[in-house]
Amino acid sequence: MCLALPAQIIAIDPDTGMATASVDNVKVEVSLALVDDVAVGDYVLVHVGYALNKIDEDEALKTLALFAEAGLTPNP
Amino acid sequence: MKYISEFRQQGLARQLARAIAQTVDPDRHYRLMEFCGGHTHAIFRYGVQDLMPANVEFIHGPGCPVCVLPTGRIDNAIQLAERHDVILCTYADLMRVPATGRNSLLKAKAGGCDIRMVYSTQDVLKIARENPDRSVVFFAIGFETTTPPTAVAIRQAQAERLTNFSVFCNHVLTPAAMQAILDAPQPVSIDAFLGPSHVSTVIGSQAYEPFAERYAKPVVIAGFEPLDVMQSALMLIRQLNEGRHEVENEYSRAVTRQGNLKAQALMREIFELQPQFEWRGLGLIADSALRLKTDYADFDAEQRFSLPAIQAADVKGCECPAILRGAKKPQDCKLLGTVCTPENPMGSCMVSSEGACAAYWSYGRLSRKSG
Repeated sequence: MCLALPAQIIAIDPDTGMATASVDNVKVEVSLALVDDVAVGDYVLVHVGYALNKIDEDEALKTLALFAEAGLTPNP
Repeated sequence: MKYISEFRQQGLARQLARAIAQTVDPDRHYRLMEFCGGHTHAIFRYGVQDLMPANVEFIHGPGCPVCVLPTGRIDNAIQLAERHDVILCTYADLMRVPATGRNSLLKAKAGGCDIRMVYSTQDVLKIARENPDRSVVFFAIGFETTTPPTAVAIRQAQAERLTNFSVFCNHVLTPAAMQAILDAPQPVSIDAFLGPSHVSTVIGSQAYEPFAERYAKPVVIAGFEPLDVMQSALMLIRQLNEGRHEVENEYSRAVTRQGNLKAQALMREIFELQPQFEWRGLGLIADSALRLKTDYADFDAEQRFSLPAIQAADVKGCECPAILRGAKKPQDCKLLGTVCTPENPMGSCMVSSEGACAAYWSYGRLSRKSG
């Protein structure tokens, strides 16, 4: 129920507040009613046809760096 | 797929597993509750449990809205479709949940009721526009993630004067459920929580700060991908080793401390707290669910149609209630994999793609004492 997928915005209709987004190259209609300042090219989390949030690329990279760092802990 | 495949890399999973093995204190047992069914499924689908040291145990939580909805509410929805001749719209997850008398929405639909599966609340509005002579009811269910889309639809229906649209509201709240687990008369022993993932995109990580403080339990907001779950487990183990109980945010690419303020404002505008609401497995929990405010009473299906409160019993032998409290595991249920399967579910935890029993069944965790 709470599952949401990352999707890239490829077109926005400013009149309806609806956008077309690509989920792994599958196009879906997404409502932008719950988000502000979303632009074409942004990644958003899509849940039941609504963009819930923008995905923060810098934070994603930081998290991936944390994973890599964890594995570098020297063996005791 | 961007933001998915990077968080499923096998090499990094092995590194994280090594880091966890090095961090755990061999003399203690770590009981981590993953609140969300999405986490439960990630743990089994990707074999995360097998990468954990033996003294790190995942306790599966009640974070599956379909699972915690009491049977009486499904019976009410079927009544709406059968007796009030409405077009009942719902998300697919609810269609096969067992109702009283071996009934379900799917069976009621097969029996001639007009029940339609929708992907989005926008679909419900479309159905309402196309059927001005019929009453269209949205069977709304879900945690804080799924509530804002219902709120958008109600506001849009009001603006468009779609008077044939209404909502049968079953939206529930996660922090209240986490408290109820620890406030239970015989609470399950839990050391720390993997906090909700997409719920937190809406309500923000700060929503769990009073909980972590009051119960002195660490919470880490965790993404739903396997590496997210492992990193969050590592963060919880570190907190426990250091005697801390803070809210930390592993899922920072989508969750902020404040959450989605626009969605929160919309929820506040349309909904208010119900004094109490029944959860399967957890019983009546105060301030744990939402209802429509008086200003929006015209869109409240419970005001528009007479729906009696129904106390319905679960199927005999079904351990869903104890599983949802974390008191039992799916393999403790005699029905699991024998009479209860996803094709013929006896309890809600086998139906939902977030249910713990469905995870055990789907990913081959059925080994019992009998082998």
